[in-house]
Amino acid sequence: MSAQDVLVLAEIHRGAWADITRELLAAARELAKLTGGQVVALVLGDGVPDPAAALSAADRIIVVNDPSLAAYAPEAYVCGAQAIAIAEQPRAVLIGSTSIGWDVAPLLAGRLKCPLVTGCQSLRCDGDKLLVTASLSGGKMQADVEVGAGLAVLMVLPGVFRATQETGAAQVETRSLPVLGESGFVRFCGWIVPDASDVDITQQDVLVAVGRGIQQRDNVEMAEELAQSLGGAVCASRPVVDAGWLPPTRQVGKSGMTVAPKLYLALGISGAPEHQEGMQGSELIIAINTDAKAPIFDIAHYGAEADALDLLPALVEQLTSRKG
Amino acid sequence: MNIAVVLRQVPDLIEPPEVDPSGTKFDLGAATFILNESDDHALEQALLMKEAGGGTITVLAFDFGDVDNTLYTAAAKGADRIVKLLWQEADPPTPHVAAAMLAEAIRPLRPELVLVGVNAHNELDGVLPPFLAQALAFPYVGVIRGVQNGPDPGAVSVRKEFPGAVMAQLQVQLPAVLGILGAEQPPRYVPVSRIRAATKTAQFEETEPSAAVDELPVAVRRLYPPAASGHAEMLTGSADEIAARIMTLLADKGILK
Repeated sequence: MSAQDVLVLAEIHRGAWADITRELLAAARELAKLTGGQVVALVLGDGVPDPAAALSAADRIIVVNDPSLAAYAPEAYVCGAQAIAIAEQPRAVLIGSTSIGWDVAPLLAGRLKCPLVTGCQSLRCDGDKLLVTASLSGGKMQADVEVGAGLAVLMVLPGVFRATQETGAAQVETRSLPVLGESGFVRFCGWIVPDASDVDITQQDVLVAVGRGIQQRDNVEMAEELAQSLGGAVCASRPVVDAGWLPPTRQVGKSGMTVAPKLYLALGISGAPEHQEGMQGSELIIAINTDAKAPIFDIAHYGAEADALDLLPALVEQLTSRKG
Repeated sequence: MNIAVVLRQVPDLIEPPEVDPSGTKFDLGAATFILNESDDHALEQALLMKEAGGGTITVLAFDFGDVDNTLYTAAAKGADRIVKLLWQEADPPTPHVAAAMLAEAIRPLRPELVLVGVNAHNELDGVLPPFLAQALAFPYVGVIRGVQNGPDPGAVSVRKEFPGAVMAQLQVQLPAVLGILGAEQPPRYVPVSRIRAATKTAQFEETEPSAAVDELPVAVRRLYPPAASGHAEMLTGSADEIAARIMTLLADKGILK
């Protein structure tokens, strides 16, 4: 490996390759063309299935199989990534802004004493510097960030890079590492899966989505009424779930559900990148928000600068009168 | 349990963020500051744990933004000790600097658990909670929705959020730092009268820890609002008129039966 290579941390989620892995490989291919290096995927796990087909966009695939990596434990993952990064000395390590990435990327950067940039959306080079465009402030701002020579850890936003059709040699190497962290500090005990009795919002044709602009728990009921009249269901952005007004099974976005209904009616949702990631594939997006600059309007097909609480009763009333 | 909670002030995004004349930094002159949302959840989680199993809560915050109001509110909610880290700069400390200073302030408290919101919207070149864990030499795990004591002694049980509303149940050996995404219940409301009472009774301990942090080669060249890649066709008029347009759209698309 050379200091021009780009190392990607692959993620396996409950036995399947996470989408972010192919997105990171696509980002890495773009960057490696500019650095003149190779794309190297790192897979941490135990009994990892043959990764060559799934990670064909990589030139090399390093697999670390170890019992301590059978289930996610931050310390073991960071130790594994650190050992490979030190051995390989890449120009950059790309890690997703995911549940695992939010642990591993900053801890790895801290261990390696190297720069970390979060929210990365584009990656390019300027001489020996990396130039990164990163999103912050809930998608309302961007920063062009210059990262000096040497290794850097870059946290890449999910949903920004499309999986590439380009392929590399996908040469698989298996590595053994002596000690993977002081195991036992964080111990995996099991998965908690969502309550299957709740509505599956991924299967709905119509979703009425509520965000912070809905203001109160009581107003969610009005959105429920509208959704039912339209033959759909209510879903939400993170603040509404955090407030306990709807269960996590109704959350759309990075750590919630990914939906693609025929209609996504977004009420009082600003449209942070994490939310957009979960709904941008919807066939028809109509957004209502009091902030004309809300990022949701950038991806909506139709929008209105209005208070969702004014519009909701009007929609319910007109729908009711239409149905007679 | 002896719990430390870190509270950060962040600009309220209700107002569009402004960029200063250098074009590389936020102009915080006109910003309204609020408590970082996930830090509010970290405090709520600590309060729930104290109610369930006793203990003390020490809240730490930099003297920045509207911090006094935040700290009096924390006291009114049930925080036992308030530690204010003195900070004279116009900009908030970077995650690297904040982690180093907070570690120095937290170490003498000998907490079993440190709770911090998993991130803040204005972080760019770092993430505070894992940096703080490293500075304290504590284990770290983040994106946590709910913490409970036990079941083993000297440990807590946490739920870490993954996509698809799936959670991983983890046991974390103490002492540890946890990056909180959401508490087991929404942050509690506290009446203004209790906050007002706290302004008369709560005592702030002030400290000015030093922070020797290596400069890393990261620089912002430009800070700017993103250019829209596309934009919605905007519907205008009264609420009734907009609703009528939406009904027509839904009918045209075959969604309205």
